[in-house]
Amino acid sequence: MSRSRLKRKSLNPAAFAANGLLDRRSFLRSGLAAAVTGYSVVKTAAAEPLADDPWSLVPGAVTRPYEQRSRFEEKVARTLSNPKGEPRVQGARTPLHLLNGTITPNGQHFVVAQSGAPDIDPERHRLLIHGLVKKPLIFTLDTLARYPMVSRMSFIECGGNSAPLFSPQPIQASVQALHGLVSCSEWTGVLLSTLLDETGVDRQAKWLIAEGADAPTLTRSVPLSKGLDDAMIALYQNGERLMPANGYPMRLLLPGWEGNMNIKWLRRIKLTDAPAMTFPESKTYAQILPNGKAYQFYFLQEVKSFITQPSPGTKMSGQGQYEISGIAFSGDGRIARVMVSANGGKTWAPARLQQPVLSKAFTRFSMAWRWDGAPAVLQSRAWDDAGNAQPTRAEFVAQRGELKTVPSVAAFPNQHFNGITSWAIDEKGEVKHVYA
Amino acid sequence: MFTHELPLSTVVLALVLCLHPAHAAGPNLGQSVNPADIAAWDSSIMPDGSGLPVGSGTSLQGALVYEAKCASCHGPNGKGGISSALLGGGPITSINAAEKTIGNFWPYATTLFDYIRRAMPWQEPKTLTSDEVYALTAYVLVLNQLIGENDVMSATTLPKVRMPNRDGFIIRFPNKL
Repeated sequence: MSRSRLKRKSLNPAAFAANGLLDRRSFLRSGLAAAVTGYSVVKTAAAEPLADDPWSLVPGAVTRPYEQRSRFEEKVARTLSNPKGEPRVQGARTPLHLLNGTITPNGQHFVVAQSGAPDIDPERHRLLIHGLVKKPLIFTLDTLARYPMVSRMSFIECGGNSAPLFSPQPIQASVQALHGLVSCSEWTGVLLSTLLDETGVDRQAKWLIAEGADAPTLTRSVPLSKGLDDAMIALYQNGERLMPANGYPMRLLLPGWEGNMNIKWLRRIKLTDAPAMTFPESKTYAQILPNGKAYQFYFLQEVKSFITQPSPGTKMSGQGQYEISGIAFSGDGRIARVMVSANGGKTWAPARLQQPVLSKAFTRFSMAWRWDGAPAVLQSRAWDDAGNAQPTRAEFVAQRGELKTVPSVAAFPNQHFNGITSWAIDEKGEVKHVYA
Repeated sequence: MFTHELPLSTVVLALVLCLHPAHAAGPNLGQSVNPADIAAWDSSIMPDGSGLPVGSGTSLQGALVYEAKCASCHGPNGKGGISSALLGGGPITSINAAEKTIGNFWPYATTLFDYIRRAMPWQEPKTLTSDEVYALTAYVLVLNQLIGENDVMSATTLPKVRMPNRDGFIIRFPNKL
């Protein structure tokens, strides 16, 4: 079908939910489903003839023991906050706008490391569980291999992810820069509850203190109830051993909880009756509120979503149909619903959720959209099955405040931003970050 | 499945195993460990001071250690350098984390000892003696005018230092604790 015919049809407001969103329910209402899905931009093939390309005329490369991606994909990489490793936090942000699906490749998983990745010999690494237990025990990697293992999809998100959205004005940056400190993997390992069955738990125990084997032996206090619920000693990430920067050979996985608490290079768990008030929980992961008080023990990564395609840095290539796509997740359960708006939140339509939708894991949402070339503002909003709704930015700021001045995009002026992100598209197809 | 209120008695364990055959008990391969071996790793220090080692130090002693091992990153007299300042900070006037300092934010003085001992100096952590860590802790507390210049910091005195922002916190999700 021709473009002009579709354009005429699109003038019928009943055909689209709002501003070109191709809500399947509207299709059904208007009977336009077949017509719209049949739409495509067909150009006459006046370009090059279909001759064999050079790579079809010679043998290909020899297969490697460990595969590498195409050389054409090398620019799809993490951005580093501290590439020289000065004595401060090192960050690597995931290029979420250049990936798809729900699993983050291991080499693209985000990293926040206080002091780099230690070079741990797995044969010498040990996990000590002690404190308020009946019987302190040491576990090696070899012995853990004989324990019952479980696998689960889980996102991990830094508590400081999305911090640039505390800025009083929208910072022009990619999804990677704004939201790139969250990733999702299939983690495989031994449930902590299995090991605590073996050590026994003293009645006085209310917390556990988890410690890494890195240079600063990073330490966090975790409520024991979480440790007995779904905490895992993770040994594998997407089927292979953990990446060094993600905790090789073992890390604590606390599904849905603040990334910093998912202690990497885990070497010690001590059961206690109180939190230790370590440096990260005393300072970094306590968030100042507008009234001058600060939150403590935030823990939960709340329901959030954002659109990855289109997004700043990707360019629209003319009018016509696009697939709006993005990521939704909640540390409090499954994503129940994602709504998308193309007019800055005036009207919304339900996005398609890629199955399976798993608790505390990335859910990919999508929605077909016919862009008519006029300015538009795209937003997504998610709800989880615990009943939590992602707040608008205005709702979020009313509770948590915003900064007085524009911060560096790489700074962590505050944490746990989970409000709505808005992308404005102008007549030229440029995508900008706006507050709407 | 379990909650920590449940006594993990044989009876309960057997019941749970019966209900959840998929979560069979482990193979019991944990190696027992004697208390002396645990002590070498058990560096946890609690806000009430439990876990603090024997030793002591003063700000005067700390100033010497600071000059030799800390000033290259944290600047002269704790004023900041390539790493953060260790003093200063008036009342908090915005939500910007940059306003947090030891003096106006940290709830417990024991955290200073714990963090210095496990993480400092950055290039060679865990090399300071307990006396040096007490001395540096005293030095930073004096910089922030939280103790007297001649006060001796030890396992007895440090937990008694009252940090100004002790009551400045709200637990975000009390039901998660």
